[in-house]
Amino acid sequence: MTDFLFARSQMALSLAFHIIFAAVGIGMPLLMVVAEGLHLRTGEAVYLDLSKRWARGTAILFAVGAVSGTVLSFELGLLWPRFMEYAGGIIGFPFSLEGFAFFTEAIFLGIYLYGWDRTPPLMHWISGIIVALSGMLSGIFVVTVNAWMNAPAGFELTDGRVTNIDPVAAMLNPASLQQVVHMTLAAYVATGFIVAAVHAFFLLRDRRNVFHRRALGIALTVAAVGIPLQMVSGDMIARMVAQRQPAKFAAMEGHYRTERGAPLTIGGIPDDAAMTTRYALRIPRGLSLLAHGDPTAPVIGLEDIPRDEWPNTRIVHWAFDLMVGAGCAMLAMAGWAAWLGWRRGLPDDPWFLRALVVAGPLGLIAIEAGWFVTEVGRQPWIIFGVMRTADAVTPMPGLVVPFVLFTAVYVFLSVILVYVLRRQFLETDPKTTPGRSGAAPGVSRGG
Amino acid sequence: MADELTLGAAALVVLVLYALSGGADYGGGMWDLLASGPRARRQREAIEHAIGPIWEANHVWLILVIVVLFTGFPTAFAVIMTALHIPMTAILVGIVLRGSAFVFRRYDVRDDAVHRRWSTLFGAASFFTPFLLGLCLGALASGEIRVTDGKVSSGFFAGWTGPFALACGLFAQGLFAFLAATYLTADTESEPDLQEDFRKRALASGLLLAPAAALAFLLARHGAPQIFARLTSWWAPLLVTVTSACAIGALVALWCGRFRWARAAAIGQVTCILVGWGLAQQPYIVVPDLTFVGTATDPKTLYLLKSALLAGAVVLLPSFVYLFYVFKRRPI
Repeated sequence: MTDFLFARSQMALSLAFHIIFAAVGIGMPLLMVVAEGLHLRTGEAVYLDLSKRWARGTAILFAVGAVSGTVLSFELGLLWPRFMEYAGGIIGFPFSLEGFAFFTEAIFLGIYLYGWDRTPPLMHWISGIIVALSGMLSGIFVVTVNAWMNAPAGFELTDGRVTNIDPVAAMLNPASLQQVVHMTLAAYVATGFIVAAVHAFFLLRDRRNVFHRRALGIALTVAAVGIPLQMVSGDMIARMVAQRQPAKFAAMEGHYRTERGAPLTIGGIPDDAAMTTRYALRIPRGLSLLAHGDPTAPVIGLEDIPRDEWPNTRIVHWAFDLMVGAGCAMLAMAGWAAWLGWRRGLPDDPWFLRALVVAGPLGLIAIEAGWFVTEVGRQPWIIFGVMRTADAVTPMPGLVVPFVLFTAVYVFLSVILVYVLRRQFLETDPKTTPGRSGAAPGVSRGG
Repeated sequence: MADELTLGAAALVVLVLYALSGGADYGGGMWDLLASGPRARRQREAIEHAIGPIWEANHVWLILVIVVLFTGFPTAFAVIMTALHIPMTAILVGIVLRGSAFVFRRYDVRDDAVHRRWSTLFGAASFFTPFLLGLCLGALASGEIRVTDGKVSSGFFAGWTGPFALACGLFAQGLFAFLAATYLTADTESEPDLQEDFRKRALASGLLLAPAAALAFLLARHGAPQIFARLTSWWAPLLVTVTSACAIGALVALWCGRFRWARAAAIGQVTCILVGWGLAQQPYIVVPDLTFVGTATDPKTLYLLKSALLAGAVVLLPSFVYLFYVFKRRPI
């Protein structure tokens, strides 16, 4: 492997690791705030217990998210100095806003986690709301930067020099809205499903457990409300990509030949040499309909894109199908939940709970797959149509060393995290009466 | 003042705030590793209570420095991250291990063995990360990082491997250790025996700081000649006097048991040191080839960045006041 590939791999690894914590860090505060709000309204102790439990999980995941996010902000310069030199002045602005949103989040998370008995209940809840809002905001700002890499705006090129910079226009680039909505919803849906799965697992052991029933109710509601909206947002973003990044779109769909009434290609093996996707399921006219809302509309295939501007078709197509497949499965689960819930309250049918446990990671899988679609699909560009990734890389040799180092660190952290979180969950298994586990983290350790 | 210099000054202010808050958290980690005597466990707990609610927020100052740098001075950012690739990567590993170890320890205490293992990792990372931070700042001042045609021409080892940078690293470690111990004396007012432990530590590290400072100063003559030459400016004697007064004042206050005064003096001392470095360093961002003005981006971006920092300060200040009001108003 070349240094360039190691740099890309290190960046991909860092992002793939961080995005899980970023997403859950956006979703978890919503859940804990809802739980605490229900406690304030109903006075039921079990909701307070729940928000405290969720807050502990949030604390662990947020900390890892914060440090892995720091890694990324450095890596932008460590691995892609030419990109930062070029883009920093144009797109650094939303990063600075993100800095403040993140600051607010960190401050109020400190208050939330450690302030259970030091702040009035209402103020404590408001702190949680601020955490949830600022967490969402920081995600939004960061995604606008990625959107800019897909749809660069807010500057002009004169003789290869950047002029007439407008950072606000760069932030509000044509891809921002669709990407922001899609990623934000993804964070809530993924968190909702994974949390619902954990509590479904415990409910399978003890279906009467009030703690897990309440928890499942909140998490499943967030997930089931989010996923249909997410499918709509997915359609919006796909149309945008079809229009703005035809190479990425063609690779996503495994679509080689430019044609009218193009079929939708599902699965199969994209074959760049033969210019076709083998063994795929094809739905006639489906692609034209989805991309342009017209079954006879022409869809640009890869044949019309210069060969050196193709992304890796297999990765992009498979990742895209994986994401859409996961989305459909989650939609089906949401439909099932709604059907059961409409008939008899909280869906606690054992077969549903078992399916939910299996479906739990689908949201996170979809996030990873979607991230691969947008990042690998943009290649060979780091700034679409403006700068190639290969031209942005650091001159530093021996990049295998930091790659191996960070891989080792992240594998180590992942193993530990699973271990620590598993313990948290097992502790959660409350034969506990509400209140016993109600002490704030730290305080329960007796200081 | 031009926006370039305003932003340079803002970056310095943010760096000072990081040193005063995040720096002290590193120091806390060092004392955690060095906890000893019959009250070792209680020392660790006091440190954890002092750091716990605020370390995440404190850490964001560092991210803000980076963001101001790459938004306002992208060329300089590219050069710094290229020339200092190796120590910066090591800093990242330190930051990741430290933060994770701290939070794992907090939520995963089952027995002393596990607790100790996380403490060791947390403490070790708290030791070497500030050393590397000092190393990097020393490298920027050294004048050994050279830039030709916008590209680093001095390789990947220039600046940060010299004796001056090493002295800066040691000095940063000592400074943060001293700062943390001094804060901890003020945090443990309700526990006199613990307070006495930290008083001893603060006095010891404060005294050790003097030779470290002298070493960095002597090495600067050859290790950072431009910076050293600046110390003949009109403001230099004034700043050195104030810094020394703060340093001595902090030690005297510690000796007499006036811990709040000691904390204030230590804050003054750290602030003066960093401001002095900033004054000696400007107009350079990387001595001697890159200036703030020369590497600044488009004026419109600078203006927006400045406005964002101002607006951000308006949001942050009350939030911080509330954070410290909740947790530092009475001992935990």
